[in-house]
Amino acid sequence: MIGRRVQGSVQGLGRRSLDAVVGLGRMAAFVGTVASHAVRPPWRLRRLVDEIFDVGVLSVAIVCLSGATVGAVLGLQGYVTLSRFGAANSLGAVVGLVLVRELGPVLTALLVTGRAGSAMAAEIASMVTTNQVDGLRMMSIDPVDFVVRPKALAMLFAMPMLNALFIVFALFGGYAVGVELLGLDGGTYVTSMEESIDLRNDVAGTLLKSVVFGALVGAIATYRGYTSEPTAAGVSAATTSTVVTASVAVLVFDYVITALWGV
Amino acid sequence: MKPSPWRDLAVGSFVLIGLAAIGYLSLQVGGVSYKGRGGLLLYASFDEVGGLKARAPVAVAGVTVGQVKSIRLDDFLRARVTLDVDEALELPVDSSAGIRTAGLLGDQFIALEPGAEEELLVSGEEIAYTESALSIERLIGRFVHDSGIEND
Repeated sequence: MIGRRVQGSVQGLGRRSLDAVVGLGRMAAFVGTVASHAVRPPWRLRRLVDEIFDVGVLSVAIVCLSGATVGAVLGLQGYVTLSRFGAANSLGAVVGLVLVRELGPVLTALLVTGRAGSAMAAEIASMVTTNQVDGLRMMSIDPVDFVVRPKALAMLFAMPMLNALFIVFALFGGYAVGVELLGLDGGTYVTSMEESIDLRNDVAGTLLKSVVFGALVGAIATYRGYTSEPTAAGVSAATTSTVVTASVAVLVFDYVITALWGV
Repeated sequence: MKPSPWRDLAVGSFVLIGLAAIGYLSLQVGGVSYKGRGGLLLYASFDEVGGLKARAPVAVAGVTVGQVKSIRLDDFLRARVTLDVDEALELPVDSSAGIRTAGLLGDQFIALEPGAEEELLVSGEEIAYTESALSIERLIGRFVHDSGIEND
């Protein structure tokens, strides 16, 4: 009796593990298909521009606003802690390094996941639900090529730009609080920032991170939408799982990249 | 979706602003700390460099004139530091190099003190007179040691 129950739970564990591996494999195959389409003509630049508008241009406002707020609060928190050690003059270095190395790419990726990744998954999922994907196939248009590829590429392309915008606005936010509000010397702030941030390690690292995050969020959002159940519940499940999976993936990959490259 | 000139303009501006932000981060924020001219390569050997790092500033009378290019160990187990300074700088051959600290907890840099000779240092030459980094631990150790002797 107990033996059978133990056997059942072990079986359940095995089934879930297999499902997880199969799911990862399907996603890898899907990403491979999208990638192979991405390097082949037709380029469909018009579709790409439209998607960059949705992902990039429409996210500019929230990314800039969040950046300025995060920079300002970093300036405030950093000042309180640093002035305890009489090191308030290195506020610029602290704010700059934290933003460029970690907060910039990660927060931008999380914001874009919520703002554009969820919408991307929902759009594809409702196309699946209303048989539009099958409709495209009937007209012998490959939905991966026509729908999925421009969306994933737009995410990959827009993420580094949004990341750089976020960091620049956050640096200004930190400057506004540190120099204008708290009265630090502007030259000291900017110099300590510029001297501590390194082009090869820090700036190249933040761009690498944002490109990887863009690819991750784009792949997860399109995959979840494309493989959703063709029901109303399927659309909502695809949206939710996109936000959850993409956010966790961004945080995990952030650690991995930091550990491997030391950026 | 219908082609719209306004949308194209918005995407174009987004790309331009994004590239400008990346350029600002790369060139302005992440640029090298010393932006002046280099060209005059000088070598100096120290017994102890302490916390000196590559890219640390090199200064004459407090004015930055170059940066540390590399630090490695030479055959006599001393630290061999390569300095890259402005080639217009006219340093006498008997100039000396010392490792100093900016402020109490600041970063370390190399201070060059001009000598009195007529002859000038040229690229690839060695600065003979050097002064190692001051180690606080060694200083305290010597102080404790000296005061112990006096109490005997």
